[in-house]
Amino acid sequence: MKFGVVQFPGSCDERDTVLACEKVGEAQLLWHADPDLHASDAIVIPGGFSYGDYLRVGAIAQFSPVMESVIDFAADGGPVLGICNGFQVLCETGLLPGALLPNTGLRFICRQVQLEVVNAETQFTRAMTAGEQISIPAKHTTGRYYAPGIAEEQIVFRYATGENPNGSQDDIAGVVNEAGNVMGLMPHPEHAVDELTGGSTDGLKIFESMALALA
Amino acid sequence: MPDTASLPTVEDAVALALTRDEYALIVEKLGRQPNQVELAMFSLLWSEHCAYKHSKKLLRTLPTEGARVFMGPGENAGAVDIGGGWAIAFKVESHNHPSAVEPFQGAATGVGGILRDIFAIGARPIAVLDALRFGEPTSERSRYLLDRAVAGIGHYGNSIGVPNIGGEVYFEAPYETNCLVNAMALGIARQDDIVRSAATGVGNVLVLFGATTGRDGIGGASVLASTELDSADESKRPSVQVGDPFEESKLLECSLELLEKDLLVALQDLGAAGLTSAAPEMASKAELGIDIDISKVPLREAGMEPFEIMVSESQERMLCVCTPDKLDAVLAVTEKWEVNGTAIGAVTDTGNVRVLDGDEVLGDMPVVALVDDCPIYDLAPEKPAHQIYPAPVATLTGNESVHDTLLALIASPNIASRKPLFEQYDCLVQSRTARRPNESDAAVLVMPEDADGAIAVSIDCNGRKVAADPYIGALTAVLECASNLACVGAEPLGTTNNLNFANPEKPHIAWQLTEAVRGIADGCSQLDAPIVGGNVSLYNEGTDGPIYPTPVIGMVGLLPDAAMAGQSGFADEGDYVGFAGWNEMPSLAASELAKLRGEPLPTELPPIDMIHQLKVLKAIREAVRRGELKSCHDVAEGGWLVATAEACLLGDVGCSLLEGSEDESSDEILFGEAVGGFVVSGSKEDLEKLGEKIPVDIFGTVGGESLKVGPYSWTLDELREAHGALAPLFP
Repeated sequence: MKFGVVQFPGSCDERDTVLACEKVGEAQLLWHADPDLHASDAIVIPGGFSYGDYLRVGAIAQFSPVMESVIDFAADGGPVLGICNGFQVLCETGLLPGALLPNTGLRFICRQVQLEVVNAETQFTRAMTAGEQISIPAKHTTGRYYAPGIAEEQIVFRYATGENPNGSQDDIAGVVNEAGNVMGLMPHPEHAVDELTGGSTDGLKIFESMALALA
Repeated sequence: MPDTASLPTVEDAVALALTRDEYALIVEKLGRQPNQVELAMFSLLWSEHCAYKHSKKLLRTLPTEGARVFMGPGENAGAVDIGGGWAIAFKVESHNHPSAVEPFQGAATGVGGILRDIFAIGARPIAVLDALRFGEPTSERSRYLLDRAVAGIGHYGNSIGVPNIGGEVYFEAPYETNCLVNAMALGIARQDDIVRSAATGVGNVLVLFGATTGRDGIGGASVLASTELDSADESKRPSVQVGDPFEESKLLECSLELLEKDLLVALQDLGAAGLTSAAPEMASKAELGIDIDISKVPLREAGMEPFEIMVSESQERMLCVCTPDKLDAVLAVTEKWEVNGTAIGAVTDTGNVRVLDGDEVLGDMPVVALVDDCPIYDLAPEKPAHQIYPAPVATLTGNESVHDTLLALIASPNIASRKPLFEQYDCLVQSRTARRPNESDAAVLVMPEDADGAIAVSIDCNGRKVAADPYIGALTAVLECASNLACVGAEPLGTTNNLNFANPEKPHIAWQLTEAVRGIADGCSQLDAPIVGGNVSLYNEGTDGPIYPTPVIGMVGLLPDAAMAGQSGFADEGDYVGFAGWNEMPSLAASELAKLRGEPLPTELPPIDMIHQLKVLKAIREAVRRGELKSCHDVAEGGWLVATAEACLLGDVGCSLLEGSEDESSDEILFGEAVGGFVVSGSKEDLEKLGEKIPVDIFGTVGGESLKVGPYSWTLDELREAHGALAPLFP
């Protein structure tokens, strides 16, 4: 099981993501200018500010050579996880529905949040149970999810009651595409894989689920 | 070269902040009058900022050597040895005046500048901390500066993926027209990979990379611009630099890749005074010369004057030196990161800095004259006869009940929760943060397994105490940092300082500076925490007078095991609560309560018993390392009762102390301040064990929904509401 973690200029959490992936399998960085996915079994698009995000968050990254290959990979059913900026990129490419808007407070927020697992049937959540709560950090300025009419079965994670940090529609924290092989979420599971530095190890379950799905 | 008639005059030199004597000395060193380019370069390199001409003699009195010092002052940043072949680089720097003009960019570029200092020596930046000073938040201007400075720090650090793990902020009237924005950064490197800035090897190539060079940050030199171009508008050019964290992110990765591939001889960041400062300093360290061809410098805008190119402070630029055979490989890496790598010059054996425009020589100056010959001035310190600062504006009458006094204190801007600020910073990225803000008194970062342990960091300075007594106040700042480190079980390794003072040419400011440096030197010597680098920011005076003298101290310590790092908040119901450390009554002099009551600043503070302090720090540190303290929080502003209330709030649990006692306590006992006091909790046996080494009073237990102290009681909810007083400033 080999994860490919995309690295754009301006990515911030790519090394953290590699460390998290390596707890359940192998991981390699994929340089943005290289369209070759180097035989990755799953792709993770990490957090950060791809290409500086000076236009609209994630707007430039969709045109990078690596993303063209990721789009093809997803169309063939390959698992793709987008975290934070990665979620924003996946919405911009159209692999996921909806858009991410500036937080209602218009400020960057970094805090540990409680999430509720809404759908435990996906390849990203099968190591969890529906209704389970997990504690992982969120950190972003542009995380208010907006997707009018999104199907209930596409909602994978919700912020627990009172935990919504950004004003996301229906407390949505993470969604999958209709086919179920592409997931985006705003909070950072890769920052909750170690008790000492993550506040919990709950985030690991997402990476374990992905490994299970491919096993 | 231009003919003499068009040369700038001594008046131009004065307009650039050189003295007439300094101008005469430049003429003597050159053997002729300097031309425009040369005068611009001298004026910057001989400025206080670059030459430390009023502080150099004092700085030489600071302790800089110790067993753990890997690289002391003189390079872009200092570094300490943490074992296993690893070094931690760190430094604090100020960006005060730019932040007072444009707080978002001023603070953002302050972070950018200090990060470049770290990766310029080949260390990967792993953390940022910030120290901020503003006027009272009752002032609209102060609220604006606070809001924008915090946003700027967050913008830069968050975007570049370096966590902000701690900091401090004080609100005092003397900072109203001259805010302070200091940023500290830390980096990690293999000791073998640390690179220096000496441009060695005649014939080696100078490569400039990073952002293009524009007219931003041309401050003092804009006087020359207006005389040269004869246009009034030119003097209004923006002199605040604009930061681009994305460019810096590429610059960082590019720099580290160049070093990883072993392609460089030397590396230097372009900070204040741009190429003017970077190139001669690199040449000076190698005792060689440098040629720079400004026609090669990639420009942001057309028609820039040669001196503008030389003094531009455009951000996100680096200068490196490589051997000619490695130039292509260097340019390939700069190409990969899209950072405009360009060969702009060469190392020479002339001992001169030559500024060329193609074949034309625009300036030719001895490196020694530029870098080493700036006159160094003696200070004329004189203790003022009276306290020079006005009394703070009273917000309490002194007749309030103990109950209301505590609530007022924990709601006061200097004590209220910093959560609305630090939540705007990413404290997690890079996966090293073992103790986040509010979890413990010092931030804790996990280090590689083969290092000697984890590191802890603290930054602090209470300027009001330094204003009251510069020696004791500065010593207090050093000890406060050491206390914070002790709370997580860390022992100091090294220290960095940023001396923020007013005009040192005034005798009473010179006295503040001299006494404060003596306090830092004594504290750092006794703690064996040498100064490995730092910065000086002078002339911090607004129209209302000087700032409080503010020698910001940043201290890095080592603890064997991050998992054992202490926490500030009470942990479990039933734990015993103790108070540890003090062997004398604390004092209300220059305390937070005295401020709220509008009491005039005293002219001295009680002496500090250093032998006792060292004993307390050691005992606390060792108890934390053995896991004998379930919580440990040091007493600072507001005294013992405030620290206890904070331990309740951080642990989200109450405590019951001095149960059954109806005795009323004095303000000194409840709210007096002194260094070396700690609110601790744990088992009775463990607290008693600590009591065998240092004074410990065990007087209650953790539990319940309120803070109860003898006859006094506060619910957690009312404490929480008061402590959240800053939240409305960040709606």
